[in-house]
Order: sequence, then structure tokens, then C-alpha cells
Amino acid sequence: MQVCFNMEKTVIRESNYRIRNARVIKTRQMTAHEKLFEIALEGGDNLDYEPGQFVIVSLLGIGEAPISICSSPTKPGSFELCVRAVGKVTNAMHRLEAGDDIGIRGPYGKGFPIRILEGNDLLFIAGGLGIAPLRSLIKYAFDNRRDFGKIHILLGCKTSEDMLFADELDHWFKRMDVHYECTVDRAAPYWAGHIGQITTLIPGVHLEPERTFAVVVGPPIMYRFVIKEIMAKDIPERRIFVSLERHMKCGMGKCGRCQIQNLYCCQDGPVFNYADIKNMKEAI
Amino acid sequence: MPSVLTKSADFKKIGVRDMEYVILMKEDFGGFIARLAKLQKLAAPVSKGYNNFSFQEVRSGDEIALKYIPTIIPPKKFFMPRQETLLEFNIAKGLDVKPVVEHEKITLFGVHTCDLAGIQCLNMALSIRPRDYNYLIRKRKIDIIGLECNEYCDEYASCCLVSSHLPNGGYDLFFTDLCDYFMVHVNTQAGEDMVESARHFRCAEDCHLEELRAFRERKRVLFKNEVPIESRLIPEMFDRAFESPVWKDLEERCLACGNCTNVCPTCYCFDIMDEMDMNLKMGRRYRNWDSCQLEPFAKVAGGENFRKERSARQRHRYYRKFRYPVSKFARFFCTGCGRCSRACMAGINLKETLNALLMEVIT
Repeated sequence: MQVCFNMEKTVIRESNYRIRNARVIKTRQMTAHEKLFEIALEGGDNLDYEPGQFVIVSLLGIGEAPISICSSPTKPGSFELCVRAVGKVTNAMHRLEAGDDIGIRGPYGKGFPIRILEGNDLLFIAGGLGIAPLRSLIKYAFDNRRDFGKIHILLGCKTSEDMLFADELDHWFKRMDVHYECTVDRAAPYWAGHIGQITTLIPGVHLEPERTFAVVVGPPIMYRFVIKEIMAKDIPERRIFVSLERHMKCGMGKCGRCQIQNLYCCQDGPVFNYADIKNMKEAI
Repeated sequence: MPSVLTKSADFKKIGVRDMEYVILMKEDFGGFIARLAKLQKLAAPVSKGYNNFSFQEVRSGDEIALKYIPTIIPPKKFFMPRQETLLEFNIAKGLDVKPVVEHEKITLFGVHTCDLAGIQCLNMALSIRPRDYNYLIRKRKIDIIGLECNEYCDEYASCCLVSSHLPNGGYDLFFTDLCDYFMVHVNTQAGEDMVESARHFRCAEDCHLEELRAFRERKRVLFKNEVPIESRLIPEMFDRAFESPVWKDLEERCLACGNCTNVCPTCYCFDIMDEMDMNLKMGRRYRNWDSCQLEPFAKVAGGENFRKERSARQRHRYYRKFRYPVSKFARFFCTGCGRCSRACMAGINLKETLNALLMEVIT
């Protein structure tokens, strides 16, 4: 089909699809499906990002994939991505090792509202891979520990083998200035911790609802049950933030893939105030 | 050479803005088109068998279908081609990547007011920041000559509902067929340049302006709201229609083929893909028209599909035309061209859907 005529092709500087050259400087296989990549931009450039934002990773000839940043901007020079091998690009990414080239676009989206969270107690709840974007904020809060009140971290995963950042979790557990609990749906024989859904951890947390913000990241099914439990603790909807997963193609509010009614997850999110989206069909 | 253009002295009488009007006699039409085609590439509606039309390259006036119903694919194909290259790269040389834009100097002749509205919608959606430079660079190279509809194209049109049956700008020149001659509105410098270089035009006199006024008056009688609702009430109707059973009814008929979005003059959703040459060194990244009607469109890596049901996907399409852009751009992204209804294999009809929603909201 002749859709259009033969067109001229010009190289342009001002393309939104220009990618920044970067290099994998360290990798770590975390579970059977998730691998952690530490990445540095070429020429020592710093990726200027906020916790909760995402980048679009580019593998030339294979494609692009949106990945949330799991490191904190308080540690400049490089950033980390925790990638689950589920599609063409992420599977190809798992074959990368330290020293390999990688393309980066972004960062994109609205991150967690740090300025609003400051001075308050924080209740972090992550399910499964949701720990990846949340880790960025958790690490940020640790690095600016005085700026926040009490910190509670509740983590849930399917089995103890699926646990991400296991070594760091041990460290969190030992910290005096953090209340950390973890639960698994199904436990291996050596597991000594909680067993059960993440919702079972919430009633036991001692919170001061008027000075607490809850930040929840996980699969859609988790939000419905977790948020119900949080609200049972008298935390108002306005004080709950969530980060939503969508497959962004452009990252610039154009391609339409990540649209939630009149919102573009890539521009208006991925972090949303729960009160803004709670009545939105197709959101969670 | 003295300009043939004069300001219409008595613009109040004609009921249009103070702009320049010229006329082109019908016998000079062929000469004008031949002249335009010499200046740069020219595309216009061409007949493609019974009741089918397509914007194609033309060199002479007799190739052009002056009376045509909306082309199969709208002129968006010139602004946002079905497929376009975004990056070219050579993986043999590390990260050697060149961002590119594909563009072409071209004049479009015969763009109806509905499609002018469609181009205006695309302009808005792709110029809000972050801007889409590929689109904006290409757009600057396209001259547009509009052509007024003297009557309804067919029963699928709903242009009056969204006020796109009358010209609302978005063109360089605008032709109105007034029997023996075309009344031509010169809207931009590019339009003026075309008029100046063609030498077939003469300035419009009061009698011509009067004929145009009378023509528009007749048109106001001929074109009536195709759906019995005031357009300002449409957003409110959609606010109350999200859970309507009408969407379920569409689901039972919709084949999820994506025809409606492909032919829509304001649909611009896209997918981005990579492709390697046979030598596995050179490659390109390109974007393709995509469709919210296709099943994987809102699917994420974890397997969740946020618009799994066809009812949700059809509803999303309608809300993207009649509700969401009203908040964002203060206009409808439906131009009333009727293409989605004409192209639907299952007979899903925009006017019928709006009527069904209306019935339900009232009762």
C-alpha cells in the first residue's frame, strides 16, 4: 500500500527519541527472573532523577522498555535498574554484563512527592517487584533520615526465593531507626519469618495516622486489599500514594499506551495520590 | 506586479472576518492545478472506484475528484505517516545513533473542513510539551488548500454536531465552489504566494462576497445537528455514561480490528519497534500506527490487561473523542467525518452510539 510518497530524511538534533549512551558497570543476578544493573551515563554525566521516576532502556535492534529506577539520586554517578525477564527487551537485557553498552532515555514521569512526605512518618508497603521503585524512595529516606519521622517498611513476596535485595533487607531489619517486616505467601522449610498475605502485617503496625503517609507499590490486586487495611488504620485517602505499572512506549504522553482515562501514566504518574484515582475505572 | 488582493471593505455584510478573498473561474482551475503541481508535489482526492477516494499525487486538475466523500485514509497520513523512522543506527560501531525525521514539501489540495479540524487536533496533541519534533518538522513543509462541502457527503457524517461543517481556519487557501467560480479565502502568506504565482485569480467583488454569504446561509439550513443534543452538553452526557450498557452492546459487535482508529483523522497512538538490515549492522527504530482497539494495547509485562474487554476499549475510543480532549484541549477530537462508521465491518455507527447514550441518559 502506498501510504505516503518517498520522503526526504534529515538528521535532527532536537529529537525526543535521541538516546543517551550509557554502560553497564555492574550486574547481579538476584533471583531466577530478576537481575540488578548498575548503569553509568557516558562521559560521567549524572542522570538527574527523582525517586519513583522511570527510564526507557534502549537495546539497538531489539527495542525499548520502560524500567523504574530503583536506586536513590542521593548516590550520584550511576543508577540501578531491577529488571524482571518477561519480554523481548528485558530478556535481552539479562544477557548484558558489566562493560556492555546500553541506551537510556529519560528520566520520565512524576516521582514520589518527597517535599510533601518530609517531616512525616512513612509507611512503605511493597509487593513483589513493587520493591524496585519503592527502594529508590526508601534509600533516599535513609540517606536523609533526619528529614523524616518514623519509617515502617512492610514487604511481601510469593516465596522466600523471590525475595529481592535480600542482603539489604537483613540490614534494614537490623537498623534501629526503621521498623521492617516481611512476609511470604509460601515459605521454604528454613523460613523463620511471617507467612501469609501482606495485609496480615498491617493491623499490627503502630501508626499515628495524622502524621503518617502511606506509599504502596505492587501488583493491581494488592492495592485493593492493602489500601482497605491502611484506611482501617485511619489514614485518609489523601495521605496514600501509589505507583502504577503501564507499558509506556514513548514516555511523553503521546503514544497512548499508558493512558488511564484522561491521565497519561508516563507524564501524570506513575506516582499518583490514591484519592485522585480511586474512582477511576481501569486504574487499579 | 500589483497585488490582486484587496481587503474586503464590507466584511460585516458578509458575516466573515476581515480577510482577503479572490476568485478563480472554473475554466482556470486546470491551469491553476498544473501551476501548483509545477511548484512542488501536489496531492488531492482522487477517485478509487465507486464511492472510494484517496489523497494521491496529481499533476492536472482533471485527476482531482472535486465532489468526494471523505477519503479512506484521512490526510493525517501526510502529517503522521503510517510508519516513520525515528532513529537510524549502526551497531557495529558501538552506540552510533542518528535521530532522523522524514519530511517532504507538499501541497494538499481539496481538504474538507472535517479533515482541517482533524489536522488542528493533531497539531494540538503533538505540540504540547514534550513536543513531537518529527511531527512538527513535517507539518511545516505542508501547504494546505481547503475545499468546502456544498452538501452532506452521506448519512454517516456528523460534522454539524461538532461544528466542523464550516471553515474554522487551519488552511493556507480555502476554496468554496460557487457554480461558475471558486471563492478563495487567502488565509496565510503561503496562500498569498500561491495566488500570486498562479496569476489565474482576480479579486473578489461585493457581488461575490454576497454570493458567499448567501451560500453559507443556505448551508446553515441544510446542515443540522445530526444527533439531537447540543454539543456543549456532550461532555456532561459522557460523564454520566461510563457504566452504560451501550458499551456492552458495542462489545458484542466489535471485532477489535482497529479499522475505526486507522481511518480516524485524530487518532495518533503508536507503537515503537526496531528493525535490523540483513547485514545485522545497520538498523532503524520506527513508529507504527497502533490502535487502542487491539487486545494487547493496554497490557503490561506482568500480564495484567487494563482494557481487556472490547467494551472498555470501545468506550475508551469514544471518551478520547468526546470527553478527555474537552478537558485537555477544550475541543472534541471527533470531526464528524464519519469514517469510523463507514469503515466498521460490524456496523458500529458513531451517530447510533451517541443516540443510544442520549436515550439512556435521558431515561
